[in-house]
Amino acid sequence: MKAFAHLLDRLAFTPQRNGKLVLVRDFLREQPDPDRGWALASLTGALSFDAAKPAFIRKAVEARLDPQLFALSYDYVGDLAETVSLVWPVKPGANREPEMGEVVDALRGATRSEVQKLLEGWLDALDADGRWALLKLLTGGLRVGVSARLAKQACADMGGVEVSEIEEIWHGLEPPYEDLFAWLEKRSEKPSADHPGRFRPVMLAQAIDEEKDFANYAAEDYAAEWKWDGIRVQAVNERGQRRLFSRTGDDIGASFPDVLEALSQEGVIDGELLVMKKGQVSSFGDLQQRLNRKKIDLALMAKYPAGIRAYDILLDGARDMRGLSFKERRAALEKFVAREKADRIDLSPLQPFKSWDELAKLRAHPPKGDPEISEGLMLKRWDSTYEAGRPKGPWFKWKRDPHLIDAVLMYAQRGHGKRSGFYSDYTFGVWREDANGDRQLTPVGKAYFGFTDEELKQIDKFVRDNTIERFGPVRSVKANKDFGLVLEVAFEGLQRSTRHKSGVAMRFPRISRIRWDKPAREADELFTLEKMLD
Amino acid sequence: MPKPETILCPKPAGLYCAPGDFYIDPVRPVARAVITHGHSDHARSGHGTVLATPETLAIMAARYGENFAGSTTALRYGQKIDRDGVEVSLVPAGHVLGSAQAVIKAKGVTFVVSGDYKRRRDPTCPAFEPVACDVFVTEATFGIPVFNFPDASDEVARLLKSVKQFPERTHLVGAYALGKAQRIIRLLREAGYDKPVFVHGAMQSMNTLYERFGIDLGPLEPATVEKGSKKDFAGALVIAPPSSIDDKWSRRFADPLPAFASGWMRVRARARQRQVELPLVISDHADWNELTLTIGEVAPGEVWITHGGEEALLRWCELKGQKARALSLVGYDEDEGEG
Repeated sequence: MKAFAHLLDRLAFTPQRNGKLVLVRDFLREQPDPDRGWALASLTGALSFDAAKPAFIRKAVEARLDPQLFALSYDYVGDLAETVSLVWPVKPGANREPEMGEVVDALRGATRSEVQKLLEGWLDALDADGRWALLKLLTGGLRVGVSARLAKQACADMGGVEVSEIEEIWHGLEPPYEDLFAWLEKRSEKPSADHPGRFRPVMLAQAIDEEKDFANYAAEDYAAEWKWDGIRVQAVNERGQRRLFSRTGDDIGASFPDVLEALSQEGVIDGELLVMKKGQVSSFGDLQQRLNRKKIDLALMAKYPAGIRAYDILLDGARDMRGLSFKERRAALEKFVAREKADRIDLSPLQPFKSWDELAKLRAHPPKGDPEISEGLMLKRWDSTYEAGRPKGPWFKWKRDPHLIDAVLMYAQRGHGKRSGFYSDYTFGVWREDANGDRQLTPVGKAYFGFTDEELKQIDKFVRDNTIERFGPVRSVKANKDFGLVLEVAFEGLQRSTRHKSGVAMRFPRISRIRWDKPAREADELFTLEKMLD
Repeated sequence: MPKPETILCPKPAGLYCAPGDFYIDPVRPVARAVITHGHSDHARSGHGTVLATPETLAIMAARYGENFAGSTTALRYGQKIDRDGVEVSLVPAGHVLGSAQAVIKAKGVTFVVSGDYKRRRDPTCPAFEPVACDVFVTEATFGIPVFNFPDASDEVARLLKSVKQFPERTHLVGAYALGKAQRIIRLLREAGYDKPVFVHGAMQSMNTLYERFGIDLGPLEPATVEKGSKKDFAGALVIAPPSSIDDKWSRRFADPLPAFASGWMRVRARARQRQVELPLVISDHADWNELTLTIGEVAPGEVWITHGGEEALLRWCELKGQKARALSLVGYDEDEGEG
């Protein structure tokens, strides 16, 4: 439990993905079975307990510590689990510290009232860090920023294998993953991937380099289709198992029973999950209403009906199609979709073209309807097989040019790691008239990349020289009509948001240029931005 | 027995002993001062006479120059001196090199003024000695039950593990220049780390002073980049004052991993606020358990609390039937200061 507690703590304070990978990888190398497997499962959310309610934990601690002292402590710390873990009185001669595996086993078999007794015994036996981890585990709130994707990558790093190999077998595995670790430590064979309803690692596209790639590749070798603005999914109906996976293999089917229902034929298709109303695509914002919901809301499901626009076919009936060319797969896909009864599954149409120039025009001026809100185009070699990962050459994405606005730097926050001495995260705003008719800056977004190291130094200097106020790691920067730093911000799309003061939220904002030359008063107005709403 | 307040009482300049006409750790210049230890919020320059341990006097001289006071009297641990009928002696407090509790006896009343203290082992200074007394004047920097510190050597082990895990990064440990830095270096040496430790320029004089008093810190090198590249510090351990960790100064290092050694790191929100990646819970102050244990052990007639989390500690005393009051002295850094 102690090792797990230290891992949780380090993960929570380590912002970089690479750092987290090292921490998880080393943990998996060092810890024994089954503790490491249970830890991995709880990090990725595959194992969660809802075994202890805050009210119970509070009662337990108040039986051991004066309620007034507890209240002072809780006020000071602000987090219940953390407060309890810190103030729990030491009990000399308590049991030895429980291991992760023991805790999980006991919790799985225990009734609610038994859990409460167990919990108190464990809290007595653990130190403050261990107690914290235990309480987080029991209340189901780890929140340390480890995705399933990251966990799989850490397993791959641990065993020196490709992450796609892990993805392929992942859905046949169960915590505590002893067979997986045995294979990664070369003590046994690779666990079987033959598991009905499993995820198949996805093929991804490289971003095209307009300057170089068009000269190297012939237009007639490629098919083109729109890159729809939803989320990439893999829909599976195999030997009675229906699943919907994200492109990293997370099972998101529980949020989309309407889509699962529509998968009437045996097979696996690759497509874009979209909200579609009468065959017409809605904005990404509409799809977001449906994502990450634990409970199904029927009204919401009716209001935002989801469907799949199919790009590719990986399994047709029982036949594995991945070794065939895109041309052959496409023909099979068209037949497959034609056989689907529900209109929730339709075909992503190919866009015929003769030359790259012709395609460039299409990209710049998409026809009315769905293509207008696409993210751009996809290019796929007719002879490409379906290959896991992001191979260079067979598939390209060619995104639309981003939206641009000029905004004024308002706040800057210190970065992490290589950027820890620099103010590198920028909140920027645009002008808006307040109730008195005065022009005021209102924050519209935050960006922390898109600039060079040299530009970072320059902005950092500007921030330090023009700081008005400091709040912890954040500085507010001088910004008014007569003085301010204008940043040209690029972003992919804009949505209404009730969570932002400005009422809009940007997708993928980044700094595209620093406009040292531009006076702050000439930065954009909020209404310019509102016209760009999706 | 006379009322203790007639002998020792808080004044704007600090705790004042009327019959002996001296202050203890005054926060502004006074005629006569007794100084418990060298941290700048307790030891200020400009007093008429200063009474302190030889180590504390040396620390003050190193920080403020030889003429930091009109005159000085060095008092070794256990030695007694008379000030106008008041007996003063100094007893180890276990806080930093030279740190002492001031034991004051007047008119048949014994006071112990703890200064800052801790009860854990510290390889750089002698351990705290409990002294029976009528009034125990204690600090309470970490006087809330949430402050319960782990073993410092376990924290150092976590630091060393991280150095191994991230050999391409520079571990930048924020630690106060007097006491904390040297304690960490000693703990590193005890854990078998024998490579050079790189230190910020502001720490050099204290390190030299500690070595002069017989604390072996092993190989130390200045953390300055002269010609080489940033990569020179990859895998290195650098110790610097906390304020330099998140400042421009840290840019000279390869992908710095900020760590901070302080009791405040016990609370996660504090560590997040400072953007620390490796919080190390190492303090030179008593944690809640040490505070309550010490009060129980000294078992004084009265407890006076100088500064810190007095509310919780008063409550604890109330529950134990221990007479206690808060002095609420101002001028001692609770938060971002040394200690």
